[in-house]
Amino acid sequence: MVEKNLAYFPDFSVSPRIDQVGIEERAARFTKRSIKKETKLNGLLLTLNMIDLTTLEGKDTVGKVQQMCYKAKHLHDAYEGLPTVAAVCVYPTMVSVAKKAVAGSGVKVASVATAFPSGQAPRDVKIRDTKYAVAEGADEIDMVISRGKFLEGEYNFVFDEIAAIKEACGSARLKVILETGELVTYDKVRRASDIAMYAGADFIKTSTGKISPAATMPVTLVMLEAIRDFYYKTGRRIAMKPAGGISKSKLALHYLVMLNEILGEAWMNNEWFRFGASSLANDVLMQIMKEKTGVYQGKDYFSLD
Amino acid sequence: MRLEVLKTYKIYIGGKFPRTESGRYYIAENKKGDKLANVCLGSRKDFRDAVGAARTAFSDWASRAAFNRGQILYRIAEMLEGRKGQFIEELIKQDSSRVQAEKEVELSIERLIYYAGWCDKYQQVFSSVNPVASSHFNFSTPEPTGVVSIIAPQDSSLLGLVSVIAPIIVGGNTCVVLASSAKPLCAVTFAEVLHSSDVPGGVVNIITGKVPELLNWFSNHMDVNAIVYCANDKESIQKIQQNATLNMKRVLLWNHQQWPQLSSQSPYLICEAQEIKTTWHPIENIGGAKSGY
Repeated sequence: MVEKNLAYFPDFSVSPRIDQVGIEERAARFTKRSIKKETKLNGLLLTLNMIDLTTLEGKDTVGKVQQMCYKAKHLHDAYEGLPTVAAVCVYPTMVSVAKKAVAGSGVKVASVATAFPSGQAPRDVKIRDTKYAVAEGADEIDMVISRGKFLEGEYNFVFDEIAAIKEACGSARLKVILETGELVTYDKVRRASDIAMYAGADFIKTSTGKISPAATMPVTLVMLEAIRDFYYKTGRRIAMKPAGGISKSKLALHYLVMLNEILGEAWMNNEWFRFGASSLANDVLMQIMKEKTGVYQGKDYFSLD
Repeated sequence: MRLEVLKTYKIYIGGKFPRTESGRYYIAENKKGDKLANVCLGSRKDFRDAVGAARTAFSDWASRAAFNRGQILYRIAEMLEGRKGQFIEELIKQDSSRVQAEKEVELSIERLIYYAGWCDKYQQVFSSVNPVASSHFNFSTPEPTGVVSIIAPQDSSLLGLVSVIAPIIVGGNTCVVLASSAKPLCAVTFAEVLHSSDVPGGVVNIITGKVPELLNWFSNHMDVNAIVYCANDKESIQKIQQNATLNMKRVLLWNHQQWPQLSSQSPYLICEAQEIKTTWHPIENIGGAKSGY
């Protein structure tokens, strides 16, 4: 029976178990597709349009953020008609700078919040962090879950926290970072995905990019399947964002193949899927220019981000 | 009587020995028509991967102390000496007489030692302190160009290969080499020598394949900074020069070199794959001292 009631609150301790060998084999099979010529070009353009161009470093400055925002709008002016990236992702203190820099371009501003990347702060601090970013103009909030509490089995704590942050977000879309590199097993990734979605996440996101391993195809596959099951149960669509470790176009195309086969075309746009990456954009641009000119490209001819 | 275990001749990219991405091969034969080996028929994608590996390896290799690069070149020579017998056998299979083969291997070892010696010396020879009309020191010094693609001499299996690789890597460049298609055996074995002699993976990448197929890619890749070409084919040279204009590659035509001659080893070959960089440095005028320039 399809459960349409959003208030439906499942027992998270009985989230489905994941078959590790099976999921890894399935994920490996997506890398065997041959994608060439126009299909490849379209895939690359779509990838560009799904990127959240990110700078999350202690050394970020106003100048650095402005430069990245310029890049977000003008990926490679030598190629006319390129899309922009989906969003720029910055720390809360840089939101107003980014907001001004991308104004009028359609590029969204995402901000990490909730004591990113560790999430080790009291809840009221996290809520204030979130409200600050939203007040500065963030369109999207990337929160981290309390991995320590999650691993202790305090699922209610994690659930309540996500729900509280969701409330603080107002109209901003909430991305919930599970930091899968710290969750150890696929079972836990699946359970954390379920908790995040039932607690009100708009996106589930793999990683902060500060921990290795970051996004991998099997982990993303587990999360996509969680999204699919949630959609069948509740009718609500959740977006997905793998982040960190995706720096080559070919890998990005593999992710798109996986997305298409698990969730279908409805998810194949930047409202429902994003890549969190900083170096992916240039690699995609180099591939696009290769398709256009027939000549392998060098990174000297592309702007830094 | 036992069956001989035959060696699989693979290509060398980024310090690993993969098979060609294309899955193709060709059969190397000698003049008598004996089949010597199945050799990888490298593709443009192998080249692309190799350029990536060479680019990654470049900053480390270029920033090594010159003396350390010299040590490593010397080490290649040591390793080659140790496997002399194997190279001689391969050369004999590829139509050399035993005397010629021994000579070629010995010359190759000596050539490596020669360039190892130049490693920390060519800088002094090709640098200058330039006279300027202000209180500055003004230096010009050679610095590595970057990634160099090399189409190795096609008539020589080992000596030609060594003679073009050594002057390129001595100067801190990294390279992707297309080995001789007709005589590829020594190139692959030489890759094993490189692999066991402290040369970081990616500094030298060796591909086997056909020149006509790969020439265009070797010369038009935007991330390659120079190309070495050793044959006399006019059309190919024109093609290389045209393609080189895309990103202002240095084109080094080493087509009049007689590799067995000592005259074909020279610090000028090192210098040709270098960029001369000029630096201004202000002179502090301490206690009224004059610069002298």
